[in-house]
Formats: sequence, C-alpha cells, structure tokens
Amino acid sequence: MDLILEGILKAFHLLFTLDPEVLGITLLSLQISGTATFISLLIGISIGTTVALTEFPGRKFVVSLINTGMGLPPVVVGLFVTIFLWRNGPFGFLEILYTPTAMIVAQAIIATPIVMGISLAAIQALPKNLRLQILALGATRLQMVWILVKEARLPLLAGVMAGFGGVISEVGASIMVGGNIKGYSRVLTTATVMETSRGNFDIAIALGIILLLLAYFINLILTHIQQRERPR
Amino acid sequence: MNGPRSILVAKDVQVRKGGTLVLDVPSLVIEEGEILSLIGPNGAGKSTLLQTLASLNRLSAGGIFFRGEKISSDHRLFQYRRKLAMVFQEPLLFDTTVFENVASGLKIRGREKPEVAKRVQENLERFGIPHLLNRSARKISGGEAQRVALARALATQPEVLFLDEPFAALDHPSRESLIDDLEQILHQTKMTTIFATHDLLEALRLSDRIAVMNRGRIVQIGPPEEVMNHPADEFVASFVGVETILRGKVIRQGGGTFVASISGREIEALGGAQLSEEVVLGIRPENVILSPSPAKEISSARNVFPGRIVKITSLGPLQKIQLDCGFPLAAFVTHHSLENLSLTEGKEMVASFKATAIHVVRRGEK
Repeated sequence: MDLILEGILKAFHLLFTLDPEVLGITLLSLQISGTATFISLLIGISIGTTVALTEFPGRKFVVSLINTGMGLPPVVVGLFVTIFLWRNGPFGFLEILYTPTAMIVAQAIIATPIVMGISLAAIQALPKNLRLQILALGATRLQMVWILVKEARLPLLAGVMAGFGGVISEVGASIMVGGNIKGYSRVLTTATVMETSRGNFDIAIALGIILLLLAYFINLILTHIQQRERPR
Repeated sequence: MNGPRSILVAKDVQVRKGGTLVLDVPSLVIEEGEILSLIGPNGAGKSTLLQTLASLNRLSAGGIFFRGEKISSDHRLFQYRRKLAMVFQEPLLFDTTVFENVASGLKIRGREKPEVAKRVQENLERFGIPHLLNRSARKISGGEAQRVALARALATQPEVLFLDEPFAALDHPSRESLIDDLEQILHQTKMTTIFATHDLLEALRLSDRIAVMNRGRIVQIGPPEEVMNHPADEFVASFVGVETILRGKVIRQGGGTFVASISGREIEALGGAQLSEEVVLGIRPENVILSPSPAKEISSARNVFPGRIVKITSLGPLQKIQLDCGFPLAAFVTHHSLENLSLTEGKEMVASFKATAIHVVRRGEK
C-alpha cells in the first residue's frame, strides 16, 4: 500500500510543480495525436460522407471494410508502418522511422477508419427526407453536402473525439515506429510503459493520471453530445 | 395546346423504382394560382408525384415543363428548384435557431442580409410565431415546428408550393389552427399549391381541384364536387365516400342558419357564415328523404327540391338513388321503399333534407 500511496503523492507533486519532463511528454503527446486526428478528420469525414451519400456496386463491402478498420489493432499498424518506413522499405527514402512524423502517420492510420465509420453512420442517421428538403430549398449539391455535415456536426465531433481517444491512449504502434526516444518521440503511453518497467511508479502514476483526465474530458464531451435533444 | 395560365405540366411521366413502375402520369396540367389536392391511400404515389414535379426524382420517361420550358435533368436543376418550395410531413428543421431555419432558403440563394432579416420577420409574423425568432428549433412544439417549416418555404417566395401531408403528424388543435392560417395565406398570396393528403376534409377545404391517386396513377381529377358526386370508378367512390358535395356562396344569413346558392337553388344550412363566403356542403344520402311529387304536407325539412332520378345503384341492402335537382343529390332507400314508391330511372320525385343534416365546410371569402 505504501508503494501506491507514495507513488500517488509524488505524482501529484510532479503534476502541481509542472515537472518539465512530464509537461514535455504531455505536450508532445497532444501535438502528435492532435495532428494525427486532424489528418484522420480530413480523410475520414470526406470519405465517410461520400460513401454515405452515394450508391455504387460493392457499397456494402466498403462499409464493412470501414467498420472492420475501426477495430484495427495498433500493433499491426505499427508493424506495417515500420516495414514500409524501414531503410530498405518502399518509403525508406523518407528516413522518418523513429521520428514523431512516423508516429503521426501510424496514429492517423489508426484514427482514420474510426472517424470514417462514425461519419458514415452520422450522415446515414439523418432523416431520410432531409436531403430532399435541402435540395427543395434550392441547394446545389455542394451546398447540400455542407448543410448535411453541419447537421451531423455533433455525431461527427463524437467521431473526432473517439479517434483522438483511440490514438492518445495507444501504445503499440507509437513505441514501434517512434522508438520512445527521450525528449523527441517519448509520449504519455510509451513513457508510462518504460517508467513502470523501471519501477519509477511515481512518474508512471503521474502520466497515468494525465491520461485518465484526458479520457475523462473526452467522455464528458461525448456524453454531453449524446444527451442532447434531437431537433424536430 | 395548354392554356396561357398553365404553370407546370407533366407529360407522359413515368418513374420506376427497382424495375417497378411507381408513377405513371400521361398528362397533368397545373394552372397558375390554383390549389390542387392529391388524395389517395398510403402508397398511392402522392409523394412520388410531388417529388417528381419538383425534380427531386429521376424520370424514367416523359418530361416536366415549367412555364412551357422543359426541365432538363442536368446539374443546373437547382435553378428550377429555386422557383419552388416544399414542406414535408416532418418539419425537417435544421439544428439551429428558428431565424436561421427560416433564412436558410434565402441564404442558399445568396441574398443580402437586410433582405433576409426582413423576409424572415414577415414570414414568422404571417404564421403567428415572431416570438420564436431566436429560439432553438430543438425546443419548440410540433405545431410550432411545422409553422417554422412553412415560413421557411414561403420566405423564398416560391412560384409553386408543394405540401406533402404537412398536417398529418399534428394533434387536432394545432392542425386546425394551422390549416386556418395556411388557408388564409394561400388565398391572399394566390400561390400555386400542390397539396398531398389522405384527409378528404383537408382537400375539400383547401382545393380548387382534387386529383384522386391509386397505384401511381391519377384515376380522377376535377373540381371537388365533381369528384365527390361523380366518382369515375369504384375505387374513387369507395375512397371519397357517398356524401353529396355541393359548393356554393352564402347569400343570406342570420338566426343561426345561412342560405347558400348552389347552381341557382337555395339551400339552408345550420351554422354561422359570412355573406358571400364560399362554402362546401356535404349531405349524407341516409339523411335525404324521397316522397312522390308533389308533396304538400308540412315537415320540418327546410330544404325541399323536386328532381328526377338519373341512376339507381344497388349497394347490398340499400339502393342508392341519384337525383338531378338542378344539382346532384344522392339518397339511400331500402329495397322495400324502392318497390313501394316504384322508383325507376327518369321518375320525378321530391327530395327533402333538414338544415341540420348538412355538413358545412367553410372556405372563406374569395
């Protein structure tokens, strides 16, 4: 018990004194996962919306593929990104393996299907006649898509949150393609793994608390979105 | 070939969905300023016809003509749709304020802010909801939401208004008051309106013409009294019921009754009405009494008309007698009475019915 109590006390000390190492790791985490989520948002929302609004042969297969992608195991992503970025790999010339850029790539690959799947569901969940109503108001096709995306903005935001939540707490891919290099590619999850294995529970607990707080805020926003009333 | 006033014409229109023909309209001409009701059971093709006329559906054959010009199915369709407006059964409001909702059609058209603000205000006042201006569309009642949807449609000053069962989801009081307001607005603006409903009373009240639809086809189209009194086939007859429907103008009123002139005959009915107001009178055949002419005895029936029997139809235990009294009138008699009075087609009879037996639909001043 002492171990835990002591660890928690030290953790709060580190948090309240804004320990530079903890702060640095946190900011880098937010930066990498934030960028990865932003990329996944651009790709995920545009493709998700397109699939939701178009009829084409094999559409069901594409939808099932996207839904499968939502559960992509991060270690598998890490494995393939590593292979592709390896010195002799197809993208080895980029020389970005073991850099934050590689982590952004891996995390964007993990988050994109999540954002895409939720966007697809969000647009499809809008009332069937809403598209017709928007067109009947004189909208061009582009105006219609924009209005639909605005209408689905809350579930879309939920998608963004879910994507961000997925990558900020992900450890497998980040450690494989980032290498957990101190002050360079060390993020909350990879640092927690390392400090725990070294027995530095105080730092590990402090990092864990930050992760928990992030998870809490994400879920707070999600719950708020889910509990809203629907328009008539 | 079309009158100078026709605004929208459908020619040889066919719509197929998954191989099946869901709409088949060889010809439909909509006159400028008229209110046309599409009635029929669910699945009759009313919504499909509305959506097709508004070019929200792909045609499998035929064409739609707006003011004589064919609507081509290219990417500039939105320019045609900007002359129209449509209100559905669900209000389909956007998740924003009432102001933004009513403004949306105008903003889509890129109108200037002062104009948008002015039109939004006008239309909210028109529908009696200016106090909702800054409210969230999520936090208003169903009746209010449908008023916002109508205000949004009218804010763009459409040349044709399409209404797809806009009252069907409302409770009785909100429905009645909304129909009252809409009726007044449509008569004031003289806006061409095509109105789909499965409620015959709504259709009778609002429309200049009624089109009865069944299985994707228009089976009969004409003025309400014609469709009601001379159903084209059994389907129309069963859908519109057996009431005699007469349309006329109030020429006298007072003492809780009024007298309406119908094809030169005067019919007295119970109820309040304004002078020169247009009314629709419904008379159920079981309330019409036939007696051999001439009837001298005094009765409490205020309406007594001599007429000639034009048709006798057997409806199971009852016989439906159609008379020509200067206006059409239907009566039910039993088989027994038919024999006792020796009723035959061409025979002169006297028909009478009480002022209280008339079902009155007021249509307001025209």
